[in-house]
Amino acid sequence: MRIIVQDAPFDPGEELNSFVAATKGAGAVVTFTGLVRDIASGDLDVMEIEHYPGMTESALNSIATEAQSRWALADVLVIHRYGRLYPQDPIMMVATASRHRKAAFEAAEFLMDYLKSRAPFWKKEITKDGSDWVASKDEDEDVLKRW
Amino acid sequence: MEVLYFAWVRERIGLPKERIETGAETVADLVKDLCAREERYAAAFADLTALRVALDQELSSFDAPLAGVREVAFFPPMTGG
Repeated sequence: MRIIVQDAPFDPGEELNSFVAATKGAGAVVTFTGLVRDIASGDLDVMEIEHYPGMTESALNSIATEAQSRWALADVLVIHRYGRLYPQDPIMMVATASRHRKAAFEAAEFLMDYLKSRAPFWKKEITKDGSDWVASKDEDEDVLKRW
Repeated sequence: MEVLYFAWVRERIGLPKERIETGAETVADLVKDLCAREERYAAAFADLTALRVALDQELSSFDAPLAGVREVAFFPPMTGG
């Protein structure tokens, strides 16, 4: 299991290759990569991501550990950036490896659902006209009930 | 104890963290103490349903006791992923 919280950019392709190379005995790898999405008006300049150093790492660790206890995973990777990001930049990535695909798919979805509302990150969208904190959505909380 | 603020809570209060001496027994009591200090706290804590609290870096609730807690953090609902 690897949990990485960093301000530096990362290359999802390189991360996938090293994740696959380090994974022994798995028949399936699932990855999800989240990108900075432009806002509807199309004029997002910067997305600033704030986090809670210390709690971030422990929250991500406990989410990933919970995934490992629910599914038979060969390995789990979580990368999440903070700081200043630009449209199309990868924000975060999860990768899961398992013997068969079902566990890898389900665990990746579980990780994403929990990351949304249980990992202490906050996003701020900055345009030339000002800035706004991204609000959480009720459905992000509701979706946890299915697990 | 150390009290930390994140995102718009930090912006409204105007600082990321501070040391608070308090006899508050619960998180809700601490919020009352802070709101009584200055208007900027009252503005940040106006709607507790829009806020979350962590005690020693674990998500908690406003009725939780503060005994033995070293670090309290207030922030809006998280928007990771």
